[in-house]
Amino acid sequence: MSQWERFTDTFFNRAVIIKYLPDIYHGIWITLELSILIVIFGILLGTCLAVLRVYKILPLSFCIIVFADVFRALPPLVLILIAFFGLPSAGVYLSSFFVLFIILTLVLAAFSEEIVWAGLTSVDSGQWKAARSTGLSLNQTLIWIILPQAFRLAIPPLTNRAIAITKMTALGTVIGVPDILNQATTAQSFSGNASPLMIAAIIYVIIFLPLVIASRWLEEKFSWRKA
Amino acid sequence: MAIAALEVRGLSKSFGSNIVLDNITLEVAKSEMVFILGPSGSGKSTFLRCCNRLEEPDSGEIFLNGEPLTEKNVNLNKAREKIGMVFQAFNLYPHLSAEKNVSLALRKVRGFSTEKANDVARSALDKVGLADKYRSYPSELSGGQQQRVAIARAMALEPQVMLFDEPTSALDPELVGDVLEVMRDMKASGITMLVVSHEMNFAREAADRVIFMDNGSIIEEGPPEKIFTAPTNSRTKSFLTRVSGN
Amino acid sequence: MSGFIEQFFNIQIMVAAWPTLFRGLAVTLMLCLAVIPMGLFGGLVAALASNSNYKIIRWPTIAFVDFFRSIPPLVLLIFVYSGLPFAGLRLSPFSAVVIAFFLNNSAYYGEILRAGLNSVGYGQTEAARSTGLNIVQTHLYVILPQAIRNVLPDLLSNTIEVIKLTSLASVVSLAEILYSADMARSITYNASPIVLAAFIYLMILWPLVRLVSQFGKNLDV
Repeated sequence: MSQWERFTDTFFNRAVIIKYLPDIYHGIWITLELSILIVIFGILLGTCLAVLRVYKILPLSFCIIVFADVFRALPPLVLILIAFFGLPSAGVYLSSFFVLFIILTLVLAAFSEEIVWAGLTSVDSGQWKAARSTGLSLNQTLIWIILPQAFRLAIPPLTNRAIAITKMTALGTVIGVPDILNQATTAQSFSGNASPLMIAAIIYVIIFLPLVIASRWLEEKFSWRKA
Repeated sequence: MAIAALEVRGLSKSFGSNIVLDNITLEVAKSEMVFILGPSGSGKSTFLRCCNRLEEPDSGEIFLNGEPLTEKNVNLNKAREKIGMVFQAFNLYPHLSAEKNVSLALRKVRGFSTEKANDVARSALDKVGLADKYRSYPSELSGGQQQRVAIARAMALEPQVMLFDEPTSALDPELVGDVLEVMRDMKASGITMLVVSHEMNFAREAADRVIFMDNGSIIEEGPPEKIFTAPTNSRTKSFLTRVSGN
Repeated sequence: MSGFIEQFFNIQIMVAAWPTLFRGLAVTLMLCLAVIPMGLFGGLVAALASNSNYKIIRWPTIAFVDFFRSIPPLVLLIFVYSGLPFAGLRLSPFSAVVIAFFLNNSAYYGEILRAGLNSVGYGQTEAARSTGLNIVQTHLYVILPQAIRNVLPDLLSNTIEVIKLTSLASVVSLAEILYSADMARSITYNASPIVLAAFIYLMILWPLVRLVSQFGKNLDV
């Protein structure tokens, strides 16, 4: 066999790929499901927490800041392992899918809170004064005037962060979530061939490359407004 | 006949289909101060920037004291040591003190030791009246002071020709005078100067020759008394009327 | 409640696990010392190349950067560690981690530094060139100092991510903090060692995270 044939046989073996394709499809479904849930709930939770800080209820703000700091400082894998191994012994039994979902949602929420909060504080204080002086309540000002502007500023870093965290769904492999990577490494062990891993890498790139390119475009589009 | 300090022959430049410079030919004699006036879009800034090849001309030749500047194998960095440029936006290096702003090229291009470079820098700053500000950073200086540091930065290399691209246009009115004062001193010391500016009164008082440019060509040129009091070309006339408000 | 403390905050077990974790910490720090400078260097090359005037340099660089920002670091790591041996390239866990992280970090630092380069106005280049400085000198003494200063918060933020990323090395059996903690966990059937590891990470990273938040104007926290 020539060098090239050896290479394709190792990394692009048709027979192996076809055999494990169903498993990998299942993995894609899990990965996508997780990603979408994490993005929706993570950003939602983070935004709510940032908004809560506006009310300046000191004990509440303090707890939110501590939460955001801790969940940004700790590596997600550490959090995942603590939750996965610790919770059952504390009487809480969750599937690995659920553990991964909760942890990554909390991590994205922590980052989102800080990003949206930075956006809120970036909005010129004159906006508050103008809105309140026309009789709008604090909540109305927040919803109709401040939040939209804060969000516009926050979108590029939010998309960057969301992409980074949804890539972490691959960490689910470590606790047995049947995502793409898990299916691929299992298939690799059984088949003694690296093709499943190659396909997994390619699939991840197919999923995330468009998102990365889109976020690059978004950043350029929104950097206009900052100036 | 003495060699001109700066000689430009047939300089042309277009941006796409837009002709910005149309066959410009000009000579600046040693120690002469030449003013270039004209409406915006006339190409005067582009022309200035072609003189030290910050913009590349499409065709034409430039000679600095008889030495060609536009040929392919010219060492541009070496050539640029002999032409100084002052910009409308000052372009001082914000992360360096005034002294370091002036001494950077002396150290890296001329190879001066730090001590010697600092000495030359401080004396250059002294000449523009900022000897006591050599440790200050650009953010700590007024616009006029920053522009004077920029002039010192260009002058420290002892260039043969100094180019000024609207040096006072970005300054508050009360600070313009300080910069013009420095330019007056430079003229008195005999350095060749090519100035693009809207400071008509200064041109009237200090320039040896005034050039009016419009649409990429030189429309009229002559001594300031002639251009300002009795311009021959109608476009020159209408520009001057518009600008001076008479 | 006491079950909770027993499971997560068992001091006895933490004390027993400490020596192993400490050795793991040393490995983590070694990893950081290797990976961060390499990533910064790779990023600088990528940033300069992304701004090149030659398409033949610019396009492959942008493709490289986008590719390595798309692939999850863990996937890349496992590919380098368990996939490459199939091609005859067998690497130690440390080498595999360093290579995978170098590729990943160069892409991320590259994007940050590219934004930094673009944030320095063109007038600076013009001023420097007009005094006779060549391209290298202009970049070294005028452009880069300003570019890096402008994106320091983002660089710090990404460096924090890199330090956290080292925990992935545990998956390929490199004996850094998390791996050591996980080993201790499997021996004791108790999660406290991992909680201890979490405290160690917090001690190192919490101050840095606070620092990034204080950089007010920067939105990308």
